[in-house]
Amino acid sequence: METDIGTSKAAPHPLPKLPTGIEGFDHLSHGGFPRHRTSLVIGGPGAGKTVFALQCLVNAARQHGAPGIFVAFEESSSQIIANGNTFDWSLSSLTPEKLFIMDAHLSPTLITAGDFDLVGMLAMLAAKQQEIGAQWIVFDGIDVLLALLQDPAAEVRELYRLRDWLAASALTAILTAKTGSAPNFGFLQFMVDCVVRLERHQEDRISVQTLQIEKYRGSGYAAAEFPLSFGPSGIEVDATKAPDIGHKASMQRISAGFERLDAMLGGGVFRGSSTLITGVPGTSKTTLAGKFIEAACQRGERSLFVSFDEGAEQIMRNLSSVGIALKAHVKSGLLRMHSARTEGISAEDHLLQISALIREHRPQCMVIDPLTAIAKSGALGAARTVANRLIYRIKDEDISLMVTALSEAEGLGGEATDLQVSTIADTWIHLSYLVRGGERNRALTIVKSRGTAHSNQVRELILSDAGPSLSDVYTAGGEVLMGTLRWEKEAEESAKQTRHRAEFEHKRRELRLAEANTSAQIKALQLDLERQRAALTLSSGEDSLHTTSSNLRESELRKRRGADPARASTKKHANGAAK
Amino acid sequence: MTRRAAKASPAPHTTVVVLRLYVAGDAPNSLQAIANLEAICAEHLKGGHRLEVVDILEDPRRAMAEGVLVTPSLNKLLPLPATQVVGNLSDKKRVLLALGITPHVA
Repeated sequence: METDIGTSKAAPHPLPKLPTGIEGFDHLSHGGFPRHRTSLVIGGPGAGKTVFALQCLVNAARQHGAPGIFVAFEESSSQIIANGNTFDWSLSSLTPEKLFIMDAHLSPTLITAGDFDLVGMLAMLAAKQQEIGAQWIVFDGIDVLLALLQDPAAEVRELYRLRDWLAASALTAILTAKTGSAPNFGFLQFMVDCVVRLERHQEDRISVQTLQIEKYRGSGYAAAEFPLSFGPSGIEVDATKAPDIGHKASMQRISAGFERLDAMLGGGVFRGSSTLITGVPGTSKTTLAGKFIEAACQRGERSLFVSFDEGAEQIMRNLSSVGIALKAHVKSGLLRMHSARTEGISAEDHLLQISALIREHRPQCMVIDPLTAIAKSGALGAARTVANRLIYRIKDEDISLMVTALSEAEGLGGEATDLQVSTIADTWIHLSYLVRGGERNRALTIVKSRGTAHSNQVRELILSDAGPSLSDVYTAGGEVLMGTLRWEKEAEESAKQTRHRAEFEHKRRELRLAEANTSAQIKALQLDLERQRAALTLSSGEDSLHTTSSNLRESELRKRRGADPARASTKKHANGAAK
Repeated sequence: MTRRAAKASPAPHTTVVVLRLYVAGDAPNSLQAIANLEAICAEHLKGGHRLEVVDILEDPRRAMAEGVLVTPSLNKLLPLPATQVVGNLSDKKRVLLALGITPHVA
């Protein structure tokens, strides 16, 4: 590292930087502070300037063996050490050869009598630098020192002196100053290569801390405000990766929990995708999430279950009552259950806490139940950005995520839409109650599922000790039937079928009977017919006999009357009519 | 004026004033401080004092160990209580005040 100093100055290489060891900041600044240059950290009281600067030195000493000097103008060295010991830095174990804290806390009773300068101080620091081989230096509370000069011209003069000294010293320097406190604040910002602003402000009675890089000469940086919080290891900045959307789109599907649900989703959810489950209280959002995690554990995947305001033990007990067994997975170390309180914790803190959990446990699947809890404390605006960032972060890590969100009212409104998570989530499952016939039944709808031909149908979600399952619902007259009504409908349907079958049988029998009747009738008629034929034959025999005799008689008459034969037939006819 | 001077003159003889002035080489403020202090001592202490001038550029570690921050810086070690004045000592009134010397001219 030391050998390339000369070459990096000569060639147009990117600005050499020294990592601060504060992961989020190193990402934002694309590598840390500019090496051998001066940076300024500004902010109001309590914004974390001292901790930030001290943490840089501790990290440099611990991680890179680079000694540093901390010049404390605002607090005494014992105060600095006491504050530093609230973090897990074991500050006291760092020898003065690694981290030298110079007590430059100027006594309030100090009398100034005329102009003074920093020549002596810089000479002392140069000696110290040589002694311990310091690579870093911090001037904490430079504004306090400048204020003592009581003369703007003298301030500028000393700042120039400081700048020149730093430039010649080959030290990487951090100055800290309270926002706006020094009259030559503008000059202070101008003389440094990098300006970082730390801020603390109140949002809905929760104090929110942010970090923003305002200037970085010769380097690109992420310019937005990023949340900052104090963890056990000091300052954490929530920007572990460049904030762009570079998620890989996996084609692999994993189970969303159970078979029927997977079938509705066209085979499950995509690996690395996010699923949102919304619903009013009691619609078994947690159960679905639990089932998802159980399925993950059964596949042997590392999983993380983050719950808010409900203890892990309690959740596992409740889930076991619907046949979801998580305890064994917790024991084997596959599953990590984490429950957190929401009161008095800002959304940013939740984000950092969850990020830390992800770093520690490296899950492939995770659940946050409910995500809406982060909006409970603090401002909605902050919660919204946090929710978004959290989901993107998890996506970056290629973790399959299922979050639940409480909706206050029935329907697709409520907090989930307040948090605007629904637009980021790849899959949105909505659970609702249907109250009809004196019953509440749970209905499951897939509102959306990106890249999936999902089912549009509403299903009834049934919980049993064998776990959740889905059942078809009846739609009758435009209404969805569930629970007992569905059962009634089912019973009714089957009764109807039985009746149909019986009716059909009956009809068949009737038809057969009718057929038999008809054929019987046909037989009778045939008998009749034969009888009539027989009768006809008989009667035609008699008739011929009769005709012969009457013909004879007629010819007899003709003979006697002497009638002409041509008129004979007409006459006969007329006679017949007269008869 | 004369009455006050006569009254003040026995003080340095009974209590020796021990002073230490930290300077930074020939920085203007440091040079001025030496000149200003010498003038004050000559006028008000009449030789009844001990003055040590420490050049930080020559012995920075000692200055560091003795808690010096800025230059020039004057420490009155005796009589107690010990006091510290920073600056080029051009503000004579304040220097005298810090040293516990009643000035001749109010």
